[in-house]
Amino acid sequence: MTQPLLRVENLQTHFATRAGTVKAVDGVSFDLRRGEILGLVGESGSGKSVTGQSILGLVDPPGRIAGGRVLFDGEDLVTAGEKRLRAIRGRRIAMIFQDPMMTLNPVLSVETQMVEAVLAHDKVGRAEARRRSRDALGRVGIASPEERLAAYPHQFSGGMRQRVAIAIALLHSPDLILADEPTTALDVTIQAQILFEVQTLCRDTGTALLWVTHDLAVVSALADRVAVMYAGRIVETGPIADVIQAPRHPYTRGLLDSVPSRNRRGVPLRSIPGMTPSVLDLPKGCAFQPRCGRADAACAVMPELPENGHAWRCWHPHDADARGAAA
Amino acid sequence: MIVFILRRLTQSAVVIAAMAVLVFTGIFAIGNPIDVLISPEADEVERAAAIARLGLDQPMHVQFARFVESAVGGDLGTSFVHGVPALGLVLQRFPATLELALAAMLLAVLLGIPLGLWAGLKPDSVAGRVIMTGSILGFSLPTFWVGMMLIMAFAVQLGWLPAGGRGQTASLFGVQWSFLTRDGLAHLILPAINLATFKLSLVIRLARAGTREVALQDYVKFARAKGLSPARVVGVHILKNIMIPVVTVLGLELGSVIAFSVVTESVFAWPGMGKLLIESILQLDRPVVVAYLLLTVLLFVVINLVVDLIYSMLDPRIRLGGGRA
Repeated sequence: MTQPLLRVENLQTHFATRAGTVKAVDGVSFDLRRGEILGLVGESGSGKSVTGQSILGLVDPPGRIAGGRVLFDGEDLVTAGEKRLRAIRGRRIAMIFQDPMMTLNPVLSVETQMVEAVLAHDKVGRAEARRRSRDALGRVGIASPEERLAAYPHQFSGGMRQRVAIAIALLHSPDLILADEPTTALDVTIQAQILFEVQTLCRDTGTALLWVTHDLAVVSALADRVAVMYAGRIVETGPIADVIQAPRHPYTRGLLDSVPSRNRRGVPLRSIPGMTPSVLDLPKGCAFQPRCGRADAACAVMPELPENGHAWRCWHPHDADARGAAA
Repeated sequence: MIVFILRRLTQSAVVIAAMAVLVFTGIFAIGNPIDVLISPEADEVERAAAIARLGLDQPMHVQFARFVESAVGGDLGTSFVHGVPALGLVLQRFPATLELALAAMLLAVLLGIPLGLWAGLKPDSVAGRVIMTGSILGFSLPTFWVGMMLIMAFAVQLGWLPAGGRGQTASLFGVQWSFLTRDGLAHLILPAINLATFKLSLVIRLARAGTREVALQDYVKFARAKGLSPARVVGVHILKNIMIPVVTVLGLELGSVIAFSVVTESVFAWPGMGKLLIESILQLDRPVVVAYLLLTVLLFVVINLVVDLIYSMLDPRIRLGGGRA
């Protein structure tokens, strides 16, 4: 078996606050192969964004990586120095953020922001850097890229800004792109376009993609595999079709049931009872048990997540073929 | 852009006109200069003659009309005390004040922005805390006291720097400047530090607050995710964003430093406009006070215009808004 491009092992990212240590990411492990698209799904506060930022060492204080390893092409990024990380950021692992209104610096022109990204890693002239930036803009479907280079972020719509951010991410043809809910802030139609384009671009260049989102519908259209996070842990993971068609963890099932669908017109939308638990005060064992209809005494111990294939952390999983019939 | 400037100039003209009325009315209310100007021994005839000569027997609106008429021609009246044109008297003192103010602002910016950046990037570090504590001192210690302490320490005890005056000056563009000679520069240091203390604290606090806010923005994280060096992230992405509020406040402060460096000028016997103003007010030298105030207003208006222009260079969103209007 070949080495995965990215292997996250038992990653723990903690935030020291006055009220105590918040374990935003608490023992997350997953693999990502070259060219693969993995969807990382969870609610707000489940630790999915922090997981993405931890990979590149971009967690702001008071957050810090408390344990685990992030093996990228065999190299541990957790113990790598800042200088080594900087050489990888943007060149081999690029990142796209959630809110395109916020990811481009409002006082710098698009040209400045793209050219500096080229020059950060390649010793080329300004003209060459500019040419590459222009081509990258053209590649993500921005019309008349030559003129648009001189523009400032506020002159672009949200969708266009996200395209610019994607163009910046693609500048160095990275091996991996960490996308942190990049379509959440966009219109549905723009979202669909961008999803399609990112998918195509990644397929063409063989770039692997970690797509962080709360939207299972997006993941099902895009990803090869999915990992569902709850309260800092992965509760279910597997090939996308398996998880969507036969979710085993009650939380995954709850998420899927709360997605509106045409097929269930007139039936009240199901929601997961209760609220996301406070990360400061997680229940012992399975964090989902207070909201779970199947919880019992066994749930006081956290089940382990098996290694391969379709796996789930639950003592009382749903049956493989039962979706939609009962519960 | 031209439309923008023209519109601003029109606004400025209105401000100056309104200020002229205010200043004139105000100065009219503060007392009769005749009592100070004419010796107590003078008799009624002499007194009446002097009043008529200065135009003080006319009703207020007539005096104002005459004042405006000559002001438009650049004549703001003749100093009662010195017997020379008031405007010339004020302008003659202007370079000294300008020099002091610019030196103080330069100090405040060159020290304040790096210190504020540092305190904003590392708010919990020892250095960050020391910087912030220092800025509180800079805010709260009274200027005259700091000035006297500076003289005490560096002029009297250590004897490193002179305690007052402008020292030797040299000519540039037909104006005398202190900073061009070694001696003048030595004279400039203490008053400049004194005048800069408050502004320095202000700049530190502004820069720190801005840095703390901007450093958390997604675009800073995105810049880091591009693999940029910390120097580039801080020096370009953060700095350019925090400069917007800093420039705004500095512009206003530059005006106030020039106009109201009265305390520092008095403590260090710096022969600038502030010292002249205090003397003129005490002697009820009406034309000089009026000339000083109008010149100050003009200064504020010009500085504000310049700040707006710099502002639009820093922030592209403003530039385009102004261009379209």
